[in-house]
Parts: sequence; C-alpha cells; structure tokens
Amino acid sequence: MNFDGKVIKYGDNVDTDVIIPARYLNTIDKKELASHCMEDLDPTFVKRVVPGDIMVAGYNFGCGSSREHAPLVIKESAVSVVIAKSFARIFYRNAINIGLPIVECPEAVDEISEGDVLSCDLSAGIIINTTTGKQYKTEPFPAFINSIIEAGGLIEAIKQGKIK
Amino acid sequence: MGMTMTQKILARAAGLESVSAGQLILANLSLVLGNDITSPVAIREYNKLGGDVFNKEKIALVMDHFAPNKDIKAAEQCKMCREFAGAQDITNFYDVGEMGIEHALLPEKGLVKSGDVVIGADSHTCTYGALGAFSTGVGSTDMACGMATGKAWFKVPSAIKFVLKGELPEYVSGKDVILHIIGKIGVDGALYRSMEFTGEGMHSLSMDDRLCMANMAIEAGAKNGVFEVDEKTLEYMKNAGAAEPVIFTADEDAVYDETYEIDLSTLEPTVSFPHLPENTHEIGDCGDVKIDQVVIGSCTNGRFSDLEIAAKILEGKKVAKGVRAIIIPATQKIYLEAMEKGYLKTFIEAGAIVSTPTCGPCLGGHMGILAEGERAVATTNRNFVGRMGHVKSEVYLASPAVAAASAVMGKIADPREVMKK
Repeated sequence: MNFDGKVIKYGDNVDTDVIIPARYLNTIDKKELASHCMEDLDPTFVKRVVPGDIMVAGYNFGCGSSREHAPLVIKESAVSVVIAKSFARIFYRNAINIGLPIVECPEAVDEISEGDVLSCDLSAGIIINTTTGKQYKTEPFPAFINSIIEAGGLIEAIKQGKIK
Repeated sequence: MGMTMTQKILARAAGLESVSAGQLILANLSLVLGNDITSPVAIREYNKLGGDVFNKEKIALVMDHFAPNKDIKAAEQCKMCREFAGAQDITNFYDVGEMGIEHALLPEKGLVKSGDVVIGADSHTCTYGALGAFSTGVGSTDMACGMATGKAWFKVPSAIKFVLKGELPEYVSGKDVILHIIGKIGVDGALYRSMEFTGEGMHSLSMDDRLCMANMAIEAGAKNGVFEVDEKTLEYMKNAGAAEPVIFTADEDAVYDETYEIDLSTLEPTVSFPHLPENTHEIGDCGDVKIDQVVIGSCTNGRFSDLEIAAKILEGKKVAKGVRAIIIPATQKIYLEAMEKGYLKTFIEAGAIVSTPTCGPCLGGHMGILAEGERAVATTNRNFVGRMGHVKSEVYLASPAVAAASAVMGKIADPREVMKK
C-alpha cells in the first residue's frame, strides 16, 4: 500500500460531528454527504482537497458518534490515507471496515506541516516526508486486520470466506 | 493471570477458557442494534451479502434519531428500515408509537442483560454495561456483518478500575459522577479500554444513574463501561422481563492499567463547558453563564428519575423569560408514567414544552436547534462544535437537576440554591 500526497493538517479531537454534521445524515448518498466533509471545522476543505491528499491530525481523531458516514466522506473526498497521533476506536474500526487506510504515528504528526508532501509505504511501515527529508517508522497492522483490508473491507472478507 | 469483568464476558462469547488484553477474538453476539441514521448504511452493505439475517429475534432497529420524520429524506430512511424489518421479519423493530430512544428502550424492554455481548451502530450502545453486559458502539458495516453472521471481531481491551465509595449528596447524580470522571481522565483517557465500576459506593447508585454513567463511557474514549451486578441490577432486569442473566465478577488478581478511587460524597454538581465533555467545572466555578435553551432528555438523561428530579425543581416555579425549556421523555413508558405522576402538568405549567421521545436536538437533528451565538444547558452527552445547531452555538452538559434549575434562573444555576428560594 503506497501513497504519495500533499498534507491537509488538523489538531486534536477532530470529532465526527465536524467531519460530517448530523444535520446532513438524512441521506446515504456518498457524493451528497461528501459535499459537506469537514464543513464545521474547515469550510474550505471541500474546495481545496485534491485526489491523493493525505489528512494528518493529532490525538483522538474521529471521536464521538459511531457514524460510518465520517470515514466514508473522507474516502469519498479521495483522501488517500489518514495519519493521526491516535484514533477514536469506533472510527478506527469503521475506517478498516470500509477500506480507508489509516495509520497512527505521533512522532511524524508533530513534524509534518500543512502542505508538506509525503510518501507512505504502509506495508513496509514507512512514512517519508519528502518536503523535510525525514523518515518515520509505523506499526504494521496485525495479520487479521490485513486480511480484511486485503479483501477490500469486511463485507468482502465475509464474502470471500475469510470470516465465518 | 486473572481476567477483568469485560474479559470474562468476551471469553465466554468467544468460546474460550480465557482471554488477555490485546488478543483478537471472534465473539458470538447476543444482540445487534441500529437506528434510523446508521441502519440505512448497514442495509445497503447487508444487501451486498444478501440472504436471511442470522437471527430475527436478536436484531433491534429503533427509529429514534430523526423520528418522527423531520423531513422527506428522513422519512425515506425510516421507510428503508421499515421495509427491511418487514422483509426480514425482524421481531424488535420499533417505529413511532412503540419506539423510545434506543438506549433507554432496550433495557426497559428486557432485551439486554448481564453477560450479553451487544454491538450497536450507535456510539452510546455502551449504556448496557450498567446491567453487567459487554456492549459497544460500532459502525454500519459491523452492524451489517453482525446481522449476517451473528459474530463480530474484537481486540480484547485492558481496563481502568473505578472504585466508588460513599453516597452522593442530594441533587448530585450519576451524570455529575461521569462528568467528573471525564474531566479527570479526558476525552481519550480510556481510549480502546474498558471502564469498570465497582466498590461499595456503587450499590447506592440507582439503575438510572448507572445507565447514565455507562452511557458516557464513550465520551472518555472507552470501548465499554461496565458495572458489577448487584441486587438492584437483578431486580431491574427481572422487572423488565429479561432472560436469565449470566453474572461475571472480575478475578481478584485481574490486572488494571489504572485504578481510581472516587468518594461520591465529595462530588458537586458538574457542568461541561463547550466544546469538549472534558471541560468540566464544578457548579460553584461556573460564573455567570446566561442561556437561551434547556434540553432535558436523551439516551443519557431522559429516564424516569431524570424527569422526577426536574419536576421536583420546576414544581410551582416558572421557566425564566427568554429561555426555551424542552423536555423529552426517552420512551413511551416513561412518558406515560410521567403523565400519571403529574410531571407533564408541572412542566407545562412552568412554561416548558414536552416532546414525544426522540434524539432530536441532542445531535442537532430537530426539535430545538440553536441559532448563532445561542447557548443551551443540556442533559445530553456531547458539546462538540455545532452539535446542537449553528457552529457558533454552545452546549453546556449538565444533570437534569442543574438543567431544571438553570431553566428557572435563565443562567447556569445550582439546584440547591434554587430549592432554597
């Protein structure tokens, strides 16, 4: 899993209410939902995000509600990977289940700035900040999680008989 | 090595002798829950698998968030759930007329009990830990897979132990205890972990207090919150008509990451200021915070005893001019009991309104949205930016007693002061 992209950076405790406000949850249309991605935190996000961008954030990213709409709108916005100091647990699960790559790397987050260009090899557990030239190690997923991601999400993993 | 309460429940559900923190397991589910916002996404995913649900009696679908339908799109989402429930012959489908806020409704209906493993596509599914169950919030894909297979994968959590002692003073409730704890450990203080509540002080807490506390475990980032089972728990489940419970207690040599001792008798009414539940202030340190709205309700504090204390405070008094007070009984049963006790009359005479059960304003859905610059004191569970409406509105989280007192005073107020008058 290799990703190259430009950084859009946020702080700690980015909650699911700002990722996708509940007032828009009266639809399950991904495009319509994604048109409000990050709206209450960063109204410029939708206009400036380009496919492949990498979202970087602090501690407890995705805290709050269990709405799967949150990782869905980030994925639908064509963000390639989310790097945070830590993730709220339901968001973490949901991201894996829908196939949005995420990685925890507190050390890298501290030294990454808005607009930096990163090159990530998640299988090898390496993040390279090509803007600063610095390199970081990340923890690879356990095999069980990898099998879900490789299948393309939990539904596919069940279809393929990987989870019975 | 000894196991925590949560670990024992998970071991049984996974068919294992023992489990330890960090282990990945596949557990059998006692119940899979969804609401009118998360179920439509789950149904879309479920339809990719197709076939019959694993057990039509072990799925609960509750139309509570944007129900009664707030707009056409919300109506379409409820319709999608209704049709799925009909096609799959889901036993526990709760629509307008029968529904209540899911986490008040399920324990009341006896659908959850000690020893259960429950997942729900709603973060406050952790509420049922008050009954000695393992219950946790998940997303819609987990819900879909749970409905299909009756199983879910978990990473076995480590735990933080909270040893409660003493008894709560008058006008201090379970809400104040959990806000105090979140203020102490922070919104990610229990991330990925269990919060286990024990100690002799626990027995003095009512079931409504315990449900409120377990409900907000997620606001400390916890995977679940769980209480030891005692006589009150058993009586509650018996009255609700729940099936035979399976009771676990933590091993004496269970390992906890941290242990906190909390003396309930020293706690004060506590308020969480915007925009995180960890921004707590004791009532004496709140200063002069004028408000526009009060909401008493939600899966956190819409239960009978919550309405009871609000009625006690509002009896014979008036909601301050310029304040909109919205009271939302969490279920039809609570609504009816509050009516029979005369609480609805008290509320209406005080100038408050009483709504049908709904999550409504808690998540900024409907029934009390805030305009720019407005402030609310709410008995709900989150005060994030824009949670109840405009991004520049503010939510102050508090107990029903503080909320009712604040409605009377038009600003954040101590219920003990209001009752002296």
